[in-house]
Amino acid sequence: MSTAHAEHDHHGAPSGLSRWLFTTNHKDIGTLYLWFSFAMLLIGGSFAMVIRLELLQPGMQWVDPNFFNSMTTMHGLIMVFGAIMPAFVGLANWLVPMMIGAPDMALPRMNNWSFWILPFAGTMLLGTMFMEGGGPNFGWTFYAPLSTTFAPASTDFFIFAVHMLGFSSIMGSINIIATIMNMRAPGMTLMKMPLFVWTWLITAFLLIAVMPVLAGAVTMMLTDRNFGTSFFDAAGGGDPVLFQHVFWFFGHPEVYIMILPAFGVVSQIIPTFARKKLFGYSSMVYATASIAFLSFIVWAHHMFTVGMPVAGELFFMYATVLIAVPTGVKVFNWVATMWKGSMTFELPMKWALAFVILFTIGGFSGLMLGIAPVDFQYHDTYFVVAHFHYVLVTGALFSIIAAVYYWLPKWTGHMYSESLGNWHFWTSVIFVNITFFPQHFLGLAGMPRRIPDYNAAFADFNFMSSIGAFGFGLSQLLFLALIIKCIKGGEKATDEVWEGAEGLEWTVASPAPYHTFAEAPEVK
Amino acid sequence: MSVRKLKQAAMMLFSSVLVMASNFAWAENSSLNLRKGVTEVSRDAYDLHMIVLWICVVIGVVVFGAMIYSMFAHRKSKGAVAATFHESHKVEVLWTVIPFIILIALAIPATTNLLKLEDASNPDVTVKVTAYQWKWQYEYMDGDAEGVKFFSKLDQASEDARAMNSGIDVSTVPNYLNNVDKELVIPTGKKVRFLITSNDVIHSWWVPDFGFKKDAIPGYINEAWTKVEDPGTYRGKCAELCGKDHGFMPVVVVAKEEGEYKKWAAAKKAAAAAEAAAAASDKTWSKAELMTKGASVYASSCAACHQANGEGTGPFPALKGSPLATADSAAGHIDIVVNGSKTNPLMAAYGAQLNDLDLAAVITYERNSWGNEASIVQPKDVKAAR
Repeated sequence: MSTAHAEHDHHGAPSGLSRWLFTTNHKDIGTLYLWFSFAMLLIGGSFAMVIRLELLQPGMQWVDPNFFNSMTTMHGLIMVFGAIMPAFVGLANWLVPMMIGAPDMALPRMNNWSFWILPFAGTMLLGTMFMEGGGPNFGWTFYAPLSTTFAPASTDFFIFAVHMLGFSSIMGSINIIATIMNMRAPGMTLMKMPLFVWTWLITAFLLIAVMPVLAGAVTMMLTDRNFGTSFFDAAGGGDPVLFQHVFWFFGHPEVYIMILPAFGVVSQIIPTFARKKLFGYSSMVYATASIAFLSFIVWAHHMFTVGMPVAGELFFMYATVLIAVPTGVKVFNWVATMWKGSMTFELPMKWALAFVILFTIGGFSGLMLGIAPVDFQYHDTYFVVAHFHYVLVTGALFSIIAAVYYWLPKWTGHMYSESLGNWHFWTSVIFVNITFFPQHFLGLAGMPRRIPDYNAAFADFNFMSSIGAFGFGLSQLLFLALIIKCIKGGEKATDEVWEGAEGLEWTVASPAPYHTFAEAPEVK
Repeated sequence: MSVRKLKQAAMMLFSSVLVMASNFAWAENSSLNLRKGVTEVSRDAYDLHMIVLWICVVIGVVVFGAMIYSMFAHRKSKGAVAATFHESHKVEVLWTVIPFIILIALAIPATTNLLKLEDASNPDVTVKVTAYQWKWQYEYMDGDAEGVKFFSKLDQASEDARAMNSGIDVSTVPNYLNNVDKELVIPTGKKVRFLITSNDVIHSWWVPDFGFKKDAIPGYINEAWTKVEDPGTYRGKCAELCGKDHGFMPVVVVAKEEGEYKKWAAAKKAAAAAEAAAAASDKTWSKAELMTKGASVYASSCAACHQANGEGTGPFPALKGSPLATADSAAGHIDIVVNGSKTNPLMAAYGAQLNDLDLAAVITYERNSWGNEASIVQPKDVKAAR
């Protein structure tokens, strides 16, 4: 990006390919992460387009069922591990040092490594689709024994890719924790940190706790597949349900890994445009920590139908619905922040408000899914698909987009095109709801997820959902155009950028110089 | 547009949405809401679903209402000046405690329902359900139909229509993808217990009208139960991704009154006995007889993977011109069909699923179709190879 043109650097950015290959600069690495995740968003999105194309009308028209399963699997894996997670790490790289007044990340060389693992892991994961027997086709949750005994040969490469993605995440998290713990400017006490920093600190601990569990799960798969063990094979004395326990012990904290930084982003944006301090800062911090804690004791709510003892089902139901309390606190705090503020509705604020409303809708369906006796109906239907797309697309992804609009002027030194941005916002918000809202109805009417074909009774809502999906997919090209345009030029951004913005990142020049806070600022 | 007009418009929109929503909600089994179903468990689930839904709607109206009001009233363009408050222990405690109380109120009916749903004790009839890729096997463990055992899979009309670009308009196929060749039959007014397990990967047995789904897991036997009051046909699906044809694995249950159920059971037992006798007899079958029978067995048990034209697809090899299916000796061919493949787990052991006659017929069919020309196989050859 144009940080290379900054004038007041001690030493500017090196040029050429080696700048990006060997960089240890947190801003460069943040940029790499963000572009990588954008590329993955477009690839994972194109898989979603294939899924929606086949589901546009009943009957089999475009892809065979095996390839369809491969598409649902790869769409999930690429979006979770390729798009959402790296995007948040990219934001953390750019912003955490600038927000706490640090010159860079604590471990800059490891930072380089944790990024550069990703393109190789991503390429290997995508490469499985070109291998004999096809790519992984067992869903992003890869339940054994479908993913072990009955899986295509390429599964071993999928396992290796997951291991590499795990290394990258763990190193990224160590770096973020080390930075936040050691490199805060004088006076920046923990309870003065911006909420984005707080949510990332907690997220990083979650990542370190659960990525090794995922690595354990895939390693057991690997040995089951190749070295004659029977961890998940009932015929050898193993237990297929053990896989689900291990997977979801990773998987549930994982969904909070994808949403806690989103809470942080929105907690930065809403006070800025309401021109009013965040309501209930400390309760926000405690709520985030409570959600993180609860995320470790609710995993089996993904497994109500596997035949657990009823006492287990009751425990996991009670613990699950409890999450509504701290999550509610967050939503109430955002609304209270807006209350009696002096609001303007620039694009970051528009996206943040859409986040609050649509994420809350996803939270409501989450509460419904948590009620075990009704989950026996909802489970594995399109109701679940609707639920997690409301929290991950209109939740996590919308917050990432909001963050890009919010900090893009700081990164590039230019204001974005307001008209292009408005087009992007309104088309996205309308189409995303046309895509996912009807899926609630499909699920309630009895349409299972992960099926390539359906009875004509489901035709209308599927058609609507597909049209919405094509529209939402195309809208993201506007975002790409807007970003490129903004990097190339545009109205010069001021240092503060937004009238109500507070925080150390707004005290440096726009675009942010290649090196910031070589001398620590004083925080009162 | 003035803010007042905007507010009026928003209120009108909001109230019309509310009226629409309530109409839909009260229209039973509308395409917009959860199915009420036909059992006590499914009606309980529906009622609880409606309670939680309305709680969510009320909370949504309050929170979004406050937010939208604030967005109109507290905007800078209207000259709003930001207040300076940023905490209030009173409201923070309040909006922590109130949701907590609502959750406890919800947990009570949820617990009662769950305990009822999971209590499969004292059944009148027990049916064992074994899942296979991609069909269900039902076996009656006791009662009038004790010993009756059969496979239930997607009906042929749906099977034909769902082929890639089949040219068949699927809306003309009755109960497309929701119909099976042989339905599970249960008596009305009786507590029927299902013992659910799997022969290969994890599946999930689900009939929405009964109000539950239960996973079929290899190595586990899960319990579930239902008690249907009214005779009728109830349709469901496999709900857990189980491989290529996960979407083509329906469940159909027919509930019959006691007398009808007894008649069905007797006929089913007689037919099974006759079939077993035919398969066990030493009769030497003609090629034509075997080919005719083999064609129907192939269509129901083999075509999903090896395709109707015998050319296979993806990881499923072609039978047309395959060395095994055209070898002079049928031994290898019989072995792989009866015992499954040792190298490719996708090829199941059909010895456990089909009788000697069906196996002989289908192997003969595979050896003499699509240009293949090889020896025919008799039931006694299969028996000898078991």
